[in-house]
Amino acid sequence: MPPEPPPAAPALLEVEDLHTYIGQHHILQGVSLRARRDAVTVILGRNGAGKTTTMRTIVGLLRPRAGAIRFEGRPIHGLPPYEIVRLGIGFVPEGQGIFATLTVDENLRVAMLDENPESRDRLPRIFALFPALERFRQARAGTLSGGQKQMLSIARAFVNPNRLLLIDEPSKGLAPIIVEHLVAALQEMKSQVTVLLVEQNFAMASALGDDFYLLDDGRTVHHGRMVDLVHDHALKKRYLGV
Amino acid sequence: MRRAAPILATAALFLLPLAFMDARTYVTLTVAGLAMGMLIFLVAAGLTLIFGLMDVLNFAHGALFSWGAYVGFSVALLLNQRWGWAAAPSVPLNVLLLAASILAAMVVAVGLGILLERVIVRPVYGRHMFQILITLGATIVIEELIRMIWGPNDQVMPVPLTFQGSWDVADVIVLRFPVVAIVLGVLVYLGITLLLTRTRVGLIVRAGVENGEMIQVLGHNIYRYFTRVFAAGSALAALGGVMWAMFSQSVRPAMGGEQLIFAFIVVIIGGLGSVTGSLLGALIVGLSYNYVAFLVPKAAIGINMAIMVLILLLRPTGLFGAGK
Repeated sequence: MPPEPPPAAPALLEVEDLHTYIGQHHILQGVSLRARRDAVTVILGRNGAGKTTTMRTIVGLLRPRAGAIRFEGRPIHGLPPYEIVRLGIGFVPEGQGIFATLTVDENLRVAMLDENPESRDRLPRIFALFPALERFRQARAGTLSGGQKQMLSIARAFVNPNRLLLIDEPSKGLAPIIVEHLVAALQEMKSQVTVLLVEQNFAMASALGDDFYLLDDGRTVHHGRMVDLVHDHALKKRYLGV
Repeated sequence: MRRAAPILATAALFLLPLAFMDARTYVTLTVAGLAMGMLIFLVAAGLTLIFGLMDVLNFAHGALFSWGAYVGFSVALLLNQRWGWAAAPSVPLNVLLLAASILAAMVVAVGLGILLERVIVRPVYGRHMFQILITLGATIVIEELIRMIWGPNDQVMPVPLTFQGSWDVADVIVLRFPVVAIVLGVLVYLGITLLLTRTRVGLIVRAGVENGEMIQVLGHNIYRYFTRVFAAGSALAALGGVMWAMFSQSVRPAMGGEQLIFAFIVVIIGGLGSVTGSLLGALIVGLSYNYVAFLVPKAAIGINMAIMVLILLLRPTGLFGAGK
């Protein structure tokens, strides 16, 4: 194993030996990770390695059978999802999870939490990042293109002053040029928020990531600095097939 | 245009019975059909939101309808026996009796609905088979309670004088109470639509109907909203119960069960979770029931099943279904 990432900044999110079942299936069999403050941590791994399940467990949609999840040092496993996200976590699910029958504006408004009056003031910043959303503000979200839907989903998680964003496979199904736009937008956001990213697209993952965690068969098998992984061809080939 | 298409097609279809009857009969049947449709809509509106938001199949919804009818019946009986508010030739007193009956029925139904949701429905979220069994069980209990309190037999609902009889509009006889029911139905529809489109609670409920999981990870306690929707749906069922009791001038312990069948047909035709779909579906069911009952009495119930099958063949998610 490579050495621990140096603890330059304390971890915002700590996941410790997580075990999660879906029905009878033991999906997570010991996932551990730490997301450093103000960094982008990428979760890598093949299909079925447990990346999405890890995200869904952190955010409370799945209950872990064992293990611990701490956000800013506070245990959050066992809390319902609506309490977990109110602590300052934004979630961008796989497949975007936008409300297709609602307008773009309504999608953003439904995400604004009452206790964050500054949410409305964040809109100009969001529209600067994603100009298309302002243009189609009154359009039904279901009529947006795939890339715009993804932008809406990210914007929705960013509309509250969250300290952590969990983003699950944002590039999935998008054209390369759209992915480039997304990378640019996320580059800009990473100065303002800590990000935990699941990404299969290695180019995107390596462009954005500071740290990485490698999952295989529901376990954390490797972690380290992204720059080191980029040059570790043996490791990439073994676990990612790239 | 795509949203208007089903409405236009339906409207055209419902002019068809004119070929088989004279215009006066047609108007009378249409008013009766619209009224019946509006009353079914009151039951279906709650049902569709309860199913849409939490995937809960609530077969006890019909029992709330019956309870509403009986509470309204008791209040109307009391007010009429004490002060003669139904028999009095006074519009304000008559309206007051109707309003008091409705209010009492809704208050009781909200209490009963919240109790049902907390005790019976909450433990079986996400498990349809259990929901069907336990809410059917609850229906039996609630209906037996009605038989214990009010007796097993049909009783005559007092109808205020103002709402009895008919108006003669250009030689066409228009019964009064159905018109009242239609007006009330329109008001309720507008009220629900405004709540859903203009308020924050409405926004969250609409989003939750589309994707309940996502609404939770946006920080909203979906259970709290669901309890409110359940309570509101119960109140609407009770309102439907009182109105139906006056419409049919009687109350029976099993009246809710019959309405529930119509309401489920309507919810499926309209699309799960869509209030506008329910309104349209209810009007389709109410009108076709009345036309067919006049032309081919034996086919009256069958026609609604046939319409449901046809619509599901053409649009498997119903007229306005989100298709989740």
